[in-house]
Amino acid sequence: MSYSQTTHLHYKVLALTGEVDLHNSPQVRKQLLAILKKGSSVLVNFSELSYIDSSGIATLVEAFNYAKNNALTLTIIAATGAPLQVLELTNLNKVFPMVDLLDDIRE
Amino acid sequence: MVLATENIIEVKKLVSHYGERQILNNVDFSVKKGEIRVIMGGSGSGKSTLLNHMLALLKPTSGTIKIDELDLLKANRKDLTKLRQKMGVAFQGGALFSSMTVGENIKLPLKHHTELDDNTIDIMTRLKLELMNLAGFENLMPSELSGGMLKRAGLARAVIMDPKLLFFDEPSAGLDPVTAVELDELILKLRDSMNMTIVVVTHELESAFKIADKITVLFDGEVVMTGTVDEIKQSSDERIQNLINRRPRNDVVDAEQYIQRLTTGQN
Repeated sequence: MSYSQTTHLHYKVLALTGEVDLHNSPQVRKQLLAILKKGSSVLVNFSELSYIDSSGIATLVEAFNYAKNNALTLTIIAATGAPLQVLELTNLNKVFPMVDLLDDIRE
Repeated sequence: MVLATENIIEVKKLVSHYGERQILNNVDFSVKKGEIRVIMGGSGSGKSTLLNHMLALLKPTSGTIKIDELDLLKANRKDLTKLRQKMGVAFQGGALFSSMTVGENIKLPLKHHTELDDNTIDIMTRLKLELMNLAGFENLMPSELSGGMLKRAGLARAVIMDPKLLFFDEPSAGLDPVTAVELDELILKLRDSMNMTIVVVTHELESAFKIADKITVLFDGEVVMTGTVDEIKQSSDERIQNLINRRPRNDVVDAEQYIQRLTTGQN
């Protein structure tokens, strides 16, 4: 897994590449919470993500809840394939805002 | 669902005894990555013994067992520990520790094997409880759960580490029909979304036909047939038809041997 951080409008974008698993999800958690604690809403880009395990999903849940409690947002971008199925399996596709393309985020 | 070409399980010419009694005879059994394989057979056919061999809980008399390319008979303790972290096992009765809450039982593997933050572990545990329809039961003791709930809690613990390979012993035995169907759906979903390879031991036909990519039928310690659901249904083998049609086996009685067993206890 690798990740990169960019900016889109007033959002921070965390793009995840490869596989998020038990070994590297703590890094994702650290990044997400750091962004949110600085007061930015975050777009998590799944377009290059091939797999996310439940520790990764748990990390997203924790970060989403933190965002919600601090009047920020966490949005999933371009979830397809296995990661989308995991979100569906856990019904989190009905909880997280999900957007197909980064360019669909206008403001 | 396109299956991978490589085998995650490769059992070759497995022979196994309990004491003098031969349980498995020359069993070949291979499973591809992402496959759901059902092992069927009557009581005493060797299903559970085969399962225990794949979990490296028993030593065979002869033959080889490879799981995820690890030769179980040549592997050292460290390799086996590493392999076991990639495998989940759900036993018939749930096999939870009675002195711990349901939640503590489920998160046990994570506490032991990972360095994850407690928040992450708690959420992972609750995600699995939700998945098993056990939300809110986290703080109960196993003795406070019904049989079906114990089974689902056992499954929650088996998949808490998102194993590549899940072994499931008699998932629907003792469950009401609705819960049994839900569990079948769950097995299919786990495979599709987490790409798990799942080996299910069962004698519930309906469940086997619903979930299996392939079925292996064991009879008296031997593989009678491995095939797709249709192939199994169309098989002309009498033992398979007896199993499918729930006919009792019609063994030929050898009078002399029978009397000898009854009078001496020897075969």
